Amino acid sequence: MMNKRYVSLWFRHLLTDRLALRQPELKDVPFVLVGAERNRQVVMAANHLAEAQGVTTGMAAADAKAIVPGLQVIDYIPGQADKLLNALGEWCIRYSPFIAVDLPDGLLMDVSGCAHLWDSEHGYLKAIVTQLISKGYDVRGAMADTIGTAWAVARFGREKPIIAPGRQMEALLNLPPTALRLEQVILDRLQKLGFHTIKSFIGLGRTAMRRRFGDDFLSRLNQALGTEDEPLQLLHPVEAYSERLPCMEPICTATGIEIAIKTLLEKLCQRLQGEGKGVRTAILRGYRVDGLVIGAAIATNRATHHVEHLFKLFELKIPSLEPALGIELFTLDAPKVEDVEPGQELLWSAEGCGLADTSLAELLDRLANKIGAANIHRFLPQEHYWPERSIKTSASLKEKPATPWRTGRARPSLLLPRPERIEVTALIPDYPPMLFIYKNKVHHVKKADGPERIEREWWLDQGEHRDYYQVEDESGQRYWLFRSGHYTGDQSNQWFIHGFFA
Amino acid sequence: MPENKKDIISRLQKDILLWQGFTPPMAGKARGIGLGPLELAFPNHVFPTGNIHEMLCPTPEHAAATSGFISGILTSLMQNGGACLWVSTSRKLFPPALIAFNVEPDRVIFIDVQREKDILWVMEEALKCKGLSAVIAEVRDISFAQSRRLQLAVEDSRVTGFLLRNDLRRLNSTTCVARWQVTHLPSEPEDELPGVGFPRWQVDLLRVRNGNPGSWNLEWAEGGFIMLDEKVETILPERLVAV
Repeated sequence: MMNKRYVSLWFRHLLTDRLALRQPELKDVPFVLVGAERNRQVVMAANHLAEAQGVTTGMAAADAKAIVPGLQVIDYIPGQADKLLNALGEWCIRYSPFIAVDLPDGLLMDVSGCAHLWDSEHGYLKAIVTQLISKGYDVRGAMADTIGTAWAVARFGREKPIIAPGRQMEALLNLPPTALRLEQVILDRLQKLGFHTIKSFIGLGRTAMRRRFGDDFLSRLNQALGTEDEPLQLLHPVEAYSERLPCMEPICTATGIEIAIKTLLEKLCQRLQGEGKGVRTAILRGYRVDGLVIGAAIATNRATHHVEHLFKLFELKIPSLEPALGIELFTLDAPKVEDVEPGQELLWSAEGCGLADTSLAELLDRLANKIGAANIHRFLPQEHYWPERSIKTSASLKEKPATPWRTGRARPSLLLPRPERIEVTALIPDYPPMLFIYKNKVHHVKKADGPERIEREWWLDQGEHRDYYQVEDESGQRYWLFRSGHYTGDQSNQWFIHGFFA
Repeated sequence: MPENKKDIISRLQKDILLWQGFTPPMAGKARGIGLGPLELAFPNHVFPTGNIHEMLCPTPEHAAATSGFISGILTSLMQNGGACLWVSTSRKLFPPALIAFNVEPDRVIFIDVQREKDILWVMEEALKCKGLSAVIAEVRDISFAQSRRLQLAVEDSRVTGFLLRNDLRRLNSTTCVARWQVTHLPSEPEDELPGVGFPRWQVDLLRVRNGNPGSWNLEWAEGGFIMLDEKVETILPERLVAV
């Protein structure tokens, strides 16, 4: 088990910083955000200039105005902190995949194993904090083995922000009890008893602490010290099959993207192969320098962990990936993974491999990614006599016909999408026509078979039945004609051509 | 020495055929595809699989006859459980008809593309796939360079390709091994029975690389081609122009 490391980020003036970024004229004036609380106008947030003059959050708005003449007052919008922290968390994904929002004013990151890319933990934390400060946020960060300690040090630490592994206790000793994320009631009680630092009560017996302050208090203490686990509500739930590739330099060429995709696929496929699984869908995401996320998704017809094949599918999508100023981080997720069937290549010779062939499935994947899977059809028989309904499309290569193909009745090689009207001369009822005119051409019927009556399926649709005739004209060309409904004597609008025979 | 000269020429011809990709059949593997005497028109007397054939079908009737003829050839190409791809922009082929030619319709995969230029892309990709028996594409327009790309693809994979050309005004020279046209012939009623007889076609081999063009009358009956007329007509040049 790898040693866990966490970073806690504290945005000291989250809401006011954001407002100052939006409205640069607010940058150099003291201002507060004011919202209603229990029928009072209360300061919900104050910028650092206002705080320097003694305004604190929770103060009545009138008092604040009295302290600071000319104080700008702006309405507080509820729920904004949550939104803002989510956006900042998304941005921070370039540093670690495990980000959690820590309301009201912080972020928590599981950074186990992430720091080596920035040489040291110091460089890593510095990179995050300086990046956020340069964006305009007043932020403090700390790193420790537990969420609790990182949280405490970020907010109350006076010395170094990085707590070495296993040193939580020393880091906490001089901090006030508030650093343990306790409820106000317990804090008041501690205050009353004169416990002003954690040092002063940590030596007490566990049973005594539980009796006086309750289970929550102990669990918070244990979480900070690392004897009790604390789960994170992650911004992005982790995909079971996911790979990341951070880039030292932003990637902005197609070749670079190709290499990145290949590297990711190799890592992913190696893992899948070991587990006997294969990709059905995969999503590639690129996190750009300018904060946008670009992506491409592929799908396969059968589960595969063949790097070359998956790469070919992504290769078709590369032109649609716009790197702009560069991509800092690539991630590859495989949300849908299935067991791979053991290879069947050996059973089929190169001369006559059928639908079970992997190269065919790979070909269809490539086609589907370029022209769309909806344009690839395979037909199976259906238990209907009505020609238009006698076949159904099948999405899978493995599906076998449920019923055998009908061989009894002749069916035309070409079927018109919808029957076309023809002019006929038919002398005798229920006999095939003597001649018909199709596309201004007269065809004299020399031979004919029929009629084959096909009734409409009344439970599906309504209308006349069809009497089909297979006719051959003087030059041997064969057609499939039908008369809609019974013979009426007036054949002007009853006859249709529906197909051509081989 | 006249005999010697003949020997040399025939040996050279064999060599040239070999370089052009026509390998003589292996001793044990020699088997026709059921076209009988028609196969004699081809080099080495073998129907060239692993090549691209061009079929002219200017009218729907021709297309229907051609699809029947191709299906008959597919029967032998798709032995051992092979699959086949049918690419077109406006497909009219009715799959249940294939069963009459002993081709299981569920082993044919239909690719319906929206744009004409995608057809050639799909065809080229498909021809590179060794897992297919045949690829059939309905194309209107193909340049010499494009046909050469297809030829290079099949030379590696040995898949057989069929191009159905439905616009004869755009006919040009291509690298295809053969150019065919299949036309209906009036059927003969069997044993004086009324009705429509077995399908009959006049199969014109208009152009064939290193072979002899000709015209044959075929009938499809009882699961195989039947040659109606053993006499081989050579096609006169003016008929080539006429089509």
